[in-house]
Amino acid sequence: MNAPSGLNARDMKAAQRLMIVDCDIHPIQSSPADLKPFLASRWLEHLAVYGPHVRQGLSERIMWPRMMANGQRADAYPAGGGPPGSDYELMRRQHLDPNGVEHGMLIALSKGGMEERNQDFAAALMSAVNDWQKECWVAKDKRLHAGIVIVADDAASAVKEIERRASDGAFSQIIMAPRSMEPLGRRRYWPVFEAAQAANMPICLHPAAVPGGAPSTGAGWPTYYMQEHFTFSTASESQATSLVMEGVFEQFPRLKIAMVEAGFSWAPTLSWRMDRIFERMRGEVPHLKRKPSEYMREHFWFATQPIEEPENPEDLLQIFEWIGWDRIMFSSDYPHWDFDDPRFAIRVRMSEEQRRKLFRDNARALYNLS
Amino acid sequence: MVKHVVAARHEISAGDKKLVQLAGRDICIFNVDGAFYALANRCPHEGGSLCDGQVSGVVRSNGPNDYRIERKGEFIRCPWHGWEFDIKTGQSWCDPNSMRVRQFDVHVEHGQELVKGPFLAETFSVEVENDYIVVEI
Repeated sequence: MNAPSGLNARDMKAAQRLMIVDCDIHPIQSSPADLKPFLASRWLEHLAVYGPHVRQGLSERIMWPRMMANGQRADAYPAGGGPPGSDYELMRRQHLDPNGVEHGMLIALSKGGMEERNQDFAAALMSAVNDWQKECWVAKDKRLHAGIVIVADDAASAVKEIERRASDGAFSQIIMAPRSMEPLGRRRYWPVFEAAQAANMPICLHPAAVPGGAPSTGAGWPTYYMQEHFTFSTASESQATSLVMEGVFEQFPRLKIAMVEAGFSWAPTLSWRMDRIFERMRGEVPHLKRKPSEYMREHFWFATQPIEEPENPEDLLQIFEWIGWDRIMFSSDYPHWDFDDPRFAIRVRMSEEQRRKLFRDNARALYNLS
Repeated sequence: MVKHVVAARHEISAGDKKLVQLAGRDICIFNVDGAFYALANRCPHEGGSLCDGQVSGVVRSNGPNDYRIERKGEFIRCPWHGWEFDIKTGQSWCDPNSMRVRQFDVHVEHGQELVKGPFLAETFSVEVENDYIVVEI
């Protein structure tokens, strides 16, 4: 049965709780016009005359109809109009304040040029979204930290963007879409990793943008949104394997990868399987000097949402143990429909130290937050 | 049990819902085809505010290539993860045996009866000629 609670009791409880770092908050423009102040007139004209040219047939649409509210929390629509995540005041009132968010990592998914075919326009959009995050979000609230959105498939412009933002305190990480044109370990992406390592910024892999040509499952295009939703994990598995096997972490030993909205229970079993095959076939990948599981353990961090909900909630503890208590970070995915509430989402008893690591300390260390 | 007058009957029309606060509790009052139901406004999954959700039916099927929407207007869908609850019983549609939203007794009384008291109505006065929605907790 449901324990009823008044709003006041809830707010009081929130104030007494541990402050948290939320590794996945999505800001969005109220309308595409919000980006206009950050685009040169040359690109405003391009937008007006030719419009965007994204790499899928359904321009301005998502490929699978989301369930209710267009994939958003139905209670997160701003009263003044615009989509959920477009109103800072509502975000503050509904999430940042009552949930005790000490630091919130912004992941701007839309209109950042990740899926734009015109490379120069894509580069302009990328810069515009980064400027917009800084001026319209970080400037309003010091708790918020922008992620440098890049067009990873155009490494040259991505590197320039990273270098331009690296010393700007508004940015704490680099956002890459796991729906890339090729698996991310391929060398076309290495300049991005080199720039990330030089900037001492983690790479955040968050499902975003439309696919780079490969179907979202290994078996081909899925039918239902339910199937598509699980591809976040399986695509991330493929990307982790590629990064490890191609030797990215031998080349860039200080590179850090934050897997966000990717699931995590797959990580231990993937490590075991990679190790097993590595013992037999290491001659094929002589550039790997350590067991695959060691690269996984050292270079990957995992955000919790959407949290796995095993029948026996305690099983989560075993998975956290395998991954490492220093590598799990809380994320909410506000304001999307599969939002995890920090008060109720993780239904296992943790020690005070474990709780502190998961909700706060691991992310603070990874992102150099204070 | 205390009677709380929460609204005049005409305030919540069929298909509508209203959030009220009673004795420190958030309660959502529903009108389904003229009958009133009251549920705790907290989803048992992760605590979403049910009153901000959508009233809907459920989709049923006898197998692939067949579907129909049934019981329109009898379910509330949590605004967060979309869990569906039967407004008339509070039971979860996907897990009816182990998950339900707390239900409260609600009925309609005529103002003439109500003025005999005792009742609690914090936000408005009761007039003898109207009908009122009354929750007992």
